[in-house]
Amino acid sequence: MVLACGSVLAGPAHAQLPPNIIALRKAALEEVIRKVTGGALVRPGRVKLDIPPLIENGNSVPLTVRVESSMTAADHVRAIHVFTEKNPQPNLISAHLGPRAGRATVSVRARIADTGLVIAIAQMSDGSYWSDSAQPVVTLSACLEDGLI
Amino acid sequence: MSRETRALQDDEATGPAVLWLLDGEALWKRNCVGCHGNMKTDMKGVAARYPKFDGKRLMNLEQQINLCRVERQKEPAFAYESRDLLSLTVFIGRQSRGMPIDISESKPHLDAGRATFFRRQGQLHLSCSQCHDERSGKSLVGNLIPQAHPTGYPIYRLEWQNLGSLQRRLRNCMIGVRAEPYAYGSQEFVELEYYLMWRAQGMKLETPAVRP
Amino acid sequence: MSRVVVNVPATARRGEVIEIRTLAGHDMETGFRRTQLGELVPRNIITKLLCTYNGVEIFSADLHPAVAANPLIAFTTVATESGTLQFRWIGDNGYSATQTASITVV
Repeated sequence: MVLACGSVLAGPAHAQLPPNIIALRKAALEEVIRKVTGGALVRPGRVKLDIPPLIENGNSVPLTVRVESSMTAADHVRAIHVFTEKNPQPNLISAHLGPRAGRATVSVRARIADTGLVIAIAQMSDGSYWSDSAQPVVTLSACLEDGLI
Repeated sequence: MSRETRALQDDEATGPAVLWLLDGEALWKRNCVGCHGNMKTDMKGVAARYPKFDGKRLMNLEQQINLCRVERQKEPAFAYESRDLLSLTVFIGRQSRGMPIDISESKPHLDAGRATFFRRQGQLHLSCSQCHDERSGKSLVGNLIPQAHPTGYPIYRLEWQNLGSLQRRLRNCMIGVRAEPYAYGSQEFVELEYYLMWRAQGMKLETPAVRP
Repeated sequence: MSRVVVNVPATARRGEVIEIRTLAGHDMETGFRRTQLGELVPRNIITKLLCTYNGVEIFSADLHPAVAANPLIAFTTVATESGTLQFRWIGDNGYSATQTASITVV
């Protein structure tokens, strides 16, 4: 499973990141996207991912996804998924909407571990997938409490 | 302060500190309303005047709350950084939001606090003043060095993902310069808090604030 | 720490799209942190938020460790009729919290 191969948890007490971590995280991200889309084409567009370009503290990042849609029974957003590439696991949130939403939007406060790709994918009622992505820069706090993490 | 952090702070309905404010209100209604009555009128301006010297001892708001607990209510004191003490402190502090900080002077305590502020500490041998007076406005590991006016305590600190007191934040600083931090509630800390609030005289209280 | 807060407008016009903000007090322990002795702190998060409007589900979200502590989740819904919005948070270790809000639709 994705978590097992991308995970650094099953090992000795002091965590050591595997040398090919970038490739593993990229593969994990592609895997979860494939699980959502079933391999269908994901097109950039119609989605707007609002996330600060420079993140003061990655522990609590306000994030909003808006999708252009009339949100009628015939044509609406079924779900909005947000993923990250650099977090220990790629899933962030999956919001399930429908025509009763009125507007296709969801806001959440996220944890973003490191500078890297954040991608929002909208699943439309007609089976199509649209996306928007951003590469926010994450800075660290200066005086960390315990000097860890 | 970044736009996003300011938005979190200004969110009166669903800002992160709201959870503690609600708990504080419940505690107030249970423990304090009997003597102190309506919190909105009776507690307005109180937090903006702490720490204060009452003629016998220098106290911060947490110590004043515990004084009431132990001496008047005959109950055990709340532990520092406990949810109860933080909730009550932030709730009382909230009643003074927007009011100017108004600290009355007690020279010996002020001098003691000032001495700590200017004293080099820790393995890195740095004083508060060196970062927060001389280098405020500059950058430290990607973050802006503030002037260190404690206008919004207790704060919801994004790094803690929790509400915390000024003393908790001061401990972080001391660990940051690799110094053994003072104990919670120690005289050194209260004197330093006193000096810092006096230094912020006239500034508007922002409790509860959000900080990175 | 089952403190939850919801912000729903008290009144709305029929057909108006209203914003709903929810806040839950929860550490959202990721399961990736380690103690000072190197032991893994086990995962303990809210995994789902559900919202029903007069009994009909209008929104749900699956949360993962990447959601920040004390999660704020905001979404919209069409004010169709007066009634009750019911919110339910479910999480690890049997975590469960509920809240309701009334709305008058004119």
